[in-house]
Amino acid sequence: MAVVQTNPPVSATDSLHQRLDSTWREPSGFGGWFKRVHHTTIGIRFIVTAFIFFLLGGILAVLMRLQLARPENKFLGPDRYNQFFTVHGSTMIFLFAVPLMFQGFGIYLVPLIVGARNIAFPRLAAFSYYIYLFGCLFFWAGLLLNTGADRGWFAYVTLSGPDYSPGKRVDFWAQMITFTELSALATAICLAATILRHRAPGMSLNRMPMILWEKLVLSFMVIFAMPAVMLSSSMLLLDRTVGTQFFNPAEGGDVLLYQHLFWFFGHPDVYIIFLPGTAFVTTIVTAFARRHIFGYLALVVSTISIGFLGFGVWVHHMFATGLPQMGESFFTAATLMIVIPTAVQFFCWIATLWHGRVQFKLPMWWIAGFFFVFMIGGLSGLMLASVPVDTQVHDTFFVVAHFHYVLIGGAVFPMFGALYFWVPKMTGRMLNDALGKWNFWLFFIGFNMTFFTMHFLGLRGMTRRVYTYVPEMNWGWLNLLATCGALLMGVGVLVFILNFFWSRKYGAIAGPDPWRAGSLEWATSSPPQSYNFAELPTVNGREALWDAAPNQPVVAGIREDIRETLVTDSLDGDPDHRMESPGPSAWPFWAAVATSGLFIGSVFSARSVLYTAVPVAITLIGWYWPRWGVSQRRKATEVWSE
Amino acid sequence: MRYAHAIFLGSMFLTCLLLILGCQREERNFRQSPASAAVVNTIQVSDLHPGGQQVASPTISNQYEESAYAVSQGKQLFEQFNCVGCHANGGGGIGPPLMDNQWIYGGEPANIFSTIMEGRPNGMPAWRGRIPANQAWEIVAYVRSLSGLLAKDVAPGRSDHMSGKRPPANTPRQTPTGITGAPEQKQ
Amino acid sequence: MKALRTLAWIIVFGLLGCQSNHSSLSAAGPQSKNIEWLYWLIFWICLAVFVLVMVFFAHGTARTKVDEQEMAPVMENPEGDRRARVAVSVAVTVTVITLFVVLAFSIVTGNTVEGLSSKNPVTIQIIGHQWWWEARYPNPQADLTVVTANEIHVPVGLPVVVLTSSADVIHSFWVPNIQGKRDLLPGYQSAFWFQADKPGIYHGQCAEFCGEQHAHMGFEMVAEPVDKFQNWLSQQRKPSAQSTDPSVLRGREVFLTHSCVLCHTVRGTDAGSKVGPDLTHLASRRMIAGATLSNESGSLAGWITDPQRVKPGVLMPANPLPPDDLDALVTYLRSLQ
Repeated sequence: MAVVQTNPPVSATDSLHQRLDSTWREPSGFGGWFKRVHHTTIGIRFIVTAFIFFLLGGILAVLMRLQLARPENKFLGPDRYNQFFTVHGSTMIFLFAVPLMFQGFGIYLVPLIVGARNIAFPRLAAFSYYIYLFGCLFFWAGLLLNTGADRGWFAYVTLSGPDYSPGKRVDFWAQMITFTELSALATAICLAATILRHRAPGMSLNRMPMILWEKLVLSFMVIFAMPAVMLSSSMLLLDRTVGTQFFNPAEGGDVLLYQHLFWFFGHPDVYIIFLPGTAFVTTIVTAFARRHIFGYLALVVSTISIGFLGFGVWVHHMFATGLPQMGESFFTAATLMIVIPTAVQFFCWIATLWHGRVQFKLPMWWIAGFFFVFMIGGLSGLMLASVPVDTQVHDTFFVVAHFHYVLIGGAVFPMFGALYFWVPKMTGRMLNDALGKWNFWLFFIGFNMTFFTMHFLGLRGMTRRVYTYVPEMNWGWLNLLATCGALLMGVGVLVFILNFFWSRKYGAIAGPDPWRAGSLEWATSSPPQSYNFAELPTVNGREALWDAAPNQPVVAGIREDIRETLVTDSLDGDPDHRMESPGPSAWPFWAAVATSGLFIGSVFSARSVLYTAVPVAITLIGWYWPRWGVSQRRKATEVWSE
Repeated sequence: MRYAHAIFLGSMFLTCLLLILGCQREERNFRQSPASAAVVNTIQVSDLHPGGQQVASPTISNQYEESAYAVSQGKQLFEQFNCVGCHANGGGGIGPPLMDNQWIYGGEPANIFSTIMEGRPNGMPAWRGRIPANQAWEIVAYVRSLSGLLAKDVAPGRSDHMSGKRPPANTPRQTPTGITGAPEQKQ
Repeated sequence: MKALRTLAWIIVFGLLGCQSNHSSLSAAGPQSKNIEWLYWLIFWICLAVFVLVMVFFAHGTARTKVDEQEMAPVMENPEGDRRARVAVSVAVTVTVITLFVVLAFSIVTGNTVEGLSSKNPVTIQIIGHQWWWEARYPNPQADLTVVTANEIHVPVGLPVVVLTSSADVIHSFWVPNIQGKRDLLPGYQSAFWFQADKPGIYHGQCAEFCGEQHAHMGFEMVAEPVDKFQNWLSQQRKPSAQSTDPSVLRGREVFLTHSCVLCHTVRGTDAGSKVGPDLTHLASRRMIAGATLSNESGSLAGWITDPQRVKPGVLMPANPLPPDDLDALVTYLRSLQ
């Protein structure tokens, strides 16, 4: 089978390049920075910002580990420790994992993989980034000003309620949720629309690469899960600022209602973080086993079923609350059921490797790490699914170990794999091999030292979220070991950063397709041009480049003088109509500023919502104000068939 | 402008910092030494003065009024030490209400501190020696929040029990009457 | 193989340490014993699965590995795929069966653990406070009700029912050697059962994050033979010990004229406040300050003088007493047998 490049290199069609580039080029200059709407720009912004918050969250983790290194340590003290562990957890989940795995990689990769010039609703995607950025800054400014949330990343009432959490710390947390979930919802809409309506002709649903299936399922999970947590955090905020009684037991409020709402989001969120990981694994395994993925249909079905089952297991976070036993057993069964699709994915990956021709390049190292680490996390999850065992290990360091194995195994290992795989696409240069191996081994060994130890601590009764422990417990040496591991992990991440900056300057030139992989993002230059593809590609199979016919056609007739894109049919990917994609605009930025004003204002005064709503209305009207020229153009090109 | 990104980030961050900077709202100083208890002896509790000349009473500021944590501690102590037994949750009962603008013995922090520590005729017990000074200052801060005298972001929100009134954080400010906050003389 | 052996040693050594008075893997009652059995069952299943998957992954990768700088051309292997389909189907079937085994044993064990009941159990009311445990042994005759704190006595071999509630935020009652944990939820009351079989002193801990001093919200559960338990109960029912020793009397005066009296109860005196732990029989307890300090004169004096040094954020205020008063107070508290 021949590997065909659908698009000729840029130089061959120089005048075409110039025409397209003048249409699609991102505005430059300081003012232009706020107007950019191309998905590669927004995607990279997301990835860079989220990675910075990964580092900041990691610094907090190391500080926490130093506090726990020996018993009755006075390094941090309870007040600071509580802020650190809360901000660490919230940062890793809300400011790092979802924005990077789902939003960043999604916005960057999906339009390239579907073969489109830009994402659907590019301005909404830009808005999504600004909202996310402001949420991050708001939350971390809080921490630096001693207003860091200190009630845990799930902020259970009544501890987080007005009576037991004075000040504005919890309000900052609750509004950070609103920021990030609004951002995730906006991204989900962009991605779902891009996947359903912007696929290259010929890319019917059954020819979509797995990564698109996973992003599609994820987008719908985000759309259904995020409102629950926005609701619960808004109710908490109302309880705290205007004195509503949602969670006041004395007035008929309910503390368990909060937990149900939170975990109805919280568990799907675990899959929202983990599914992008599986998408990366599938993609990388396919590329390095040098063959099509084994069991495509099984993988699609298991991804969709994880999407559904993920919403049916939330009560396993609440087994210790004393719910009726019959009900709890139902959730045990549901939790064990979700193991099946996950297992199917694992078997398919192994089968792909088994009957492939494996080339063990850097991204594959991280996939191997993923297999080892995530298996441990998944299997300890099996223990947590069982009600009796869960009542023993729930809320101990065993659980801390478990979810770090799942989340670091299921997200961070694939993320590093994905970075080694796609950074050459983003920057045009390969990452260094030797440094990459140092990065992997330091991180892998450090990780297991830190978190494998925690299983034992948990079984020996060390509860989570404790700022210290008494020496009589004999937890000292295990904790010290864990702290050393955390430092190793930190060094591992630093090596990656070093590698990244070294490679930007000295890395080997990547070329359009350094891995000879199959999906469409490798059909364009690295980094991609402002218009992604000089000629819009068509697709002949699941791996567009591998399956391309020797004379694979390209799409013709798309205008080059305006930002025209092709809209295709959701099912078969047949061309449907042409559409003009919105150009650069500063309105998303201003709308995000106004919306942030509203969110931040509501933390301090309920009444401010009234007058901060005015700028939001103004900026949204400005954003959607009809443009005469565009609508005239649209009218002129309208074609009425039949 | 390659560094627009960084400049932008930095400026946003600085703005955020400036917006919230300079407030003690979030301090949780578990071993804070309170305002001195000795000053209490200089506090006047009557508006009557020989010679008719008003002597300015010294203002003793209560640092706890800027700490949401201290105010919430005061709130908890107010319930635990059974202040609610007479004053209800500020509405009054056996004792006078604390959420209005009437202050029989003065509404300045030092006046209230002195009222708690020394007691007042007709029922208010003297708590000197029982309530440690720092806890008393915390209670003072909470008592003043009941009539909306504290900043909104410091005053407590609603309680986790039955309560018919607005939370202190949403109570409009009741300006104390008189210099010491004593009721005006009936002519 | 070498790595596997090392791993096995780490596991064995790590778990050996579990023989302690605060461990889920050192059961001292039928409930925790059942849970421990289930834990080990799932553990061995998981270990087998893990080893299998890792072996298949490693072998699958190694057998087809090619060491080339250039990326190899894409291949097809229909015959391999046909065999893989069979293998994956078998693996999925095995997975489903294994999961059913886990589910079945989990439900059966759950029923056994929850199934304890008795017409005449020892009833204990546990009320969680920030950051201490109130324990009441209710009696129809009000003055026979025992109220104590942070040290819970239970008889060996008799079913115990704990009625849980919380005075402020969510806490979680957990004695790993005896039974799984149960959350104390404000606005909810629940009952949960356990039984201790081995006499001993077990450490318990609040397992749900409850604020600044969550880390030090411990308690002790003393499991003792029935007669000893009854003795303890009747001792606890008595009002506080009366002494004629002048230094004790002096200490009692200090107690009643300082802030102690605002929060603590000592039955038989004027001190009757319910804010903090009941101190009527303080000297009979092994530990103070939520099982953080041992109950000795020195630590008691340190705790009274500056509790915020030991447990920052705790609700007890500092009491800078003159040395004589402090001595007398400690002597008095030590006399409360």
